Formats: sequence, C-alpha cells, structure tokens
Amino acid sequence: MIWAYLYNIVFYASCGVTVLATILMISRHNAVHALLYLIISSLSLAIIFYLLGAAFAAALEVIVYAGAVMILFVFVVMMLNQGQRSVVHEAAWLPASGWILPSVLAAILLSLLLIGMYSDQPLPPYGVHGVAVKEVGIALFGPYVLVVELASFLLLSGLIGAFHIARKMPSHMSSNTLEEVDHG
Amino acid sequence: MSPVVNNLLNVVLILVCVVFGAALLTWLERRLLGIWQDRYGPNRVGPFGTLQIVADMIKLLMKQDWVPPFADRLIFIVAPAFAMFVVVAAFAVIPMAPGVGVVDLNIGLLFFLAMTSLGVYAVMFGAYASDNKYAMLGGLRAAAQMVSYEVFMGLSLMGVVMLAGTFNLRELVLAQADGWFIGPQIVGFFIFFMAGIAESHRTPFDLPEAEHELTAGFHTEYSGMKFAMFFIGEYVSVLMSAAMITVLFFGGWLGPAWLPPLGWFLLKTMTLVLLMILIRGSLPRPRYDQLMTFGWKFMLPLALINLLITSALILI
Repeated sequence: MIWAYLYNIVFYASCGVTVLATILMISRHNAVHALLYLIISSLSLAIIFYLLGAAFAAALEVIVYAGAVMILFVFVVMMLNQGQRSVVHEAAWLPASGWILPSVLAAILLSLLLIGMYSDQPLPPYGVHGVAVKEVGIALFGPYVLVVELASFLLLSGLIGAFHIARKMPSHMSSNTLEEVDHG
Repeated sequence: MSPVVNNLLNVVLILVCVVFGAALLTWLERRLLGIWQDRYGPNRVGPFGTLQIVADMIKLLMKQDWVPPFADRLIFIVAPAFAMFVVVAAFAVIPMAPGVGVVDLNIGLLFFLAMTSLGVYAVMFGAYASDNKYAMLGGLRAAAQMVSYEVFMGLSLMGVVMLAGTFNLRELVLAQADGWFIGPQIVGFFIFFMAGIAESHRTPFDLPEAEHELTAGFHTEYSGMKFAMFFIGEYVSVLMSAAMITVLFFGGWLGPAWLPPLGWFLLKTMTLVLLMILIRGSLPRPRYDQLMTFGWKFMLPLALINLLITSALILI
C-alpha cells in the first residue's frame, strides 16, 4: 500500500519538475541556465519513463539526450562564452509583451488537452507494463527496420557533412591564409 | 533481520566504505608512486603515514570556503556536489557479493553508463561557473575527451552483454561461472580499461587538469571542501572503474572457496586499482590532438571490429 503512495508521489513530483523545468528553460535569459533547466527536464522525463515501465527508454533518455546531445549544446554555448552581455541582450529582445500571443496559444492547447482528458472517451490503458530491452531490440530490427535504416542514413549524411567542413585546407591555401593573418 | 534494515545497512555501509576507501586511496597512491619513483612519499603522520588522510582532511576542512565574486554562485556550489553524486550513485548498481549491493536493476549496466555520461556536467558547469580562462579551457577539453571516450566505452561493453544476454550486472557475474569474460573479450577489456581511465581523467588522460598548461584546469578556482569533492570524486570513479571491470570481465565475486565472495571482489578490485596507479606512475601525458586521434581513429574502430567478430562468433 505504502509503495503505491510513494509511487504516485514520485510520479507526480517528477511530472511537476518536468513541466516547471521546461517553462523555466524557455523563460531564462542566460543560455547556460536555460540549458541546465533543459537537462533537468530530460532527467525527470527519464524518471517518468522508468516509472511507466520503459526502463530502456529511460536509460536512453539519460545517455543520449542528457548525456550526449545536451553536452554538445553546453559545449557550444561555453565556447562562445557570451557572458553577462548576452543576458542583457536577451532581456532586451524578449519584452514581456512578446509573451502574450505564445501564452494564449499554449493556453488553447492546454484547454484542448484537458477537455480530451476529462471527456467520456476511455483513455488508453497506460498501466505499468515493463518493456524489456530484448523486446525493444526485436521491434527495432523487425517491424521498424526501415525507420532504423532511415535514421542511419541521416546520421551518415551528418557524418559526411562534418567530415567535409572539418577537412584540412590544401597546403598552399592554408599557408596563404596564415600569411594574411600574420600581416594583418 | 528484516529486508528493510538489511537494505539500509547495505546502503550506509557501502557508501561509507566507498568514500573512505577513496580517501585512503589518495594516501595509497602517493605512497606507491613514491616507492615506484625511489622516494618515500607521505610517511610522517601515523604508522607508514596512514594518518596523512586525516591531516589532509583537517586542512581542507579548515580552509576558508570561498566563492569567487565573479563566479556563477549557485552552479559553482552545486557542481562539485554533483561530481561526487554521480560516481557514488553509479556504485549503487555494482553487485559486490551475493546479498551485498544496493539495488539490482535490470538495466544496471545502462544505469552505470548513464551516470558516467552525466559526470561530464560537473566538470563543464564547474568550469563555466568559475568564469576563468584556465578553467574554461580545462572544461572544454574535459567535455570533448569524455564525450569521445564514452562512445567506445559503451561499445566495448556490448560484447560482454551479447555473451551474457543481459544488462543486469548480477546476472552478468553469474554468467561467468564457466569462465571469465576476460578471455573472449580481451579487446573489450583493454578498451574499457582505457576509457575508464579517461573518464576519471587520470594520467595519461589528465589533460583537463594538466598542471603545466592549465594551472589546475577546471577546478582552478576551487578550494577547501569543494575542491575535495572533485578530488575524492575522481578517486571514487577510479574505484568504480576497477569494480566495474571486476564485475564485467573478472567474474565479480566468483572464485575458489578459500576466500569469501566479498573478499574475492575486493582483491580483484584492488589489484586493478594498483594497475591504474602503476600506469599513472609510468606513462607520460600525450598531446591533446594525439589523445583525440587515438580515441577516434584507433579505439573506436577497434571497438567496432571487436563487436563484429564477437557477434559473428556467437551466430556461428
């Protein structure tokens, strides 16, 4: 009995944290703080996945989103290192009046969601049902193999693009640019 | 003993042992490095210098707990605590012996990988919050290095997962009853060992805090207990790498009956820790681009080839 209560408390707490962190992520002026909230949001989302029985999805959420994608974001933001000046800029670019229209649109979406949730239509059963890693793997390489292949195409093209951008200049060109820098 | 009390006892004892073990490791490492380099190392405080850690702890506790005025205050304070938290949390899934271990997760191995990948944040945000050029450079180096080495850290473990058919660490140990995975997965062991050293950024992979180039790297601005958190966190992650290698490649607690299971686990882990200290004492630090080239052009293909051969052999 007590475990069911605890389960509910943890579930709703992590839901609240996710929503709150996402809102804060949108409204922060400091880019690093915004990223920090996004990381917290994906971590609490992982907890929700875990509680719903999708342990593998939870682990992937942390490893891929929080552990790899977000790190690259933070990496770029740190490299640009805008500092306090950009915070002032952001604050100037986002006046309070700019929030009105997005808030109205979001409110409409929220009301639609609430109507959908509280209408008489039966909800899909979301009861806890653990999905093992093996089932996910079989699904990925069975019915969804085409999607996996498409995703790998996308990754390959990204890789080729990165390789092209990062390619070394031919030696005569790079020495010219170096000289220009020296004289400049 | 009721299961709840048993669990609590497990949690508290493992936490205390891990943190104190890591503290003791600072003394052990200095002492061993001293011996291997023909000098004494810390030998004044207590018998053989064992009380040196107490002296260090008093010194660190007595230091002023200072936050630089230009730092991002909250992140500056949270970062070292997070560094400590992730490595200690990862210890929760390590099965030390039958009945000894905090949780028995079905995705134990993935949990470990998730925690190590979160460890980068402590370093990055610590560096960002310090608002210091050396710290920033160290943080960027650490982020690039840890992200690159994580890629094949995960890949090197998949061979073991394929052989055992599970992500559960306890079942992984039991699957080695007929033979340790170090035999069929010697390449995976080598890659994981290297990646483990790189993840805890120790020599020869300690470029994020290379003192000749970057003062102290990402923790330049840290002092007192906050510095100690980063420092001890690093030693906890050394222990964790060793424990993880023991579980995955050396059969965990399995061994002949003349030593209790926990004894076997500790013996194997300590041997690996000594090996890591010996590597620190003997290898020079590479240049940063050499480190990255080594990672992407040698270790990653090696991990993939290992995976390919392992899966082919399993299918045959």
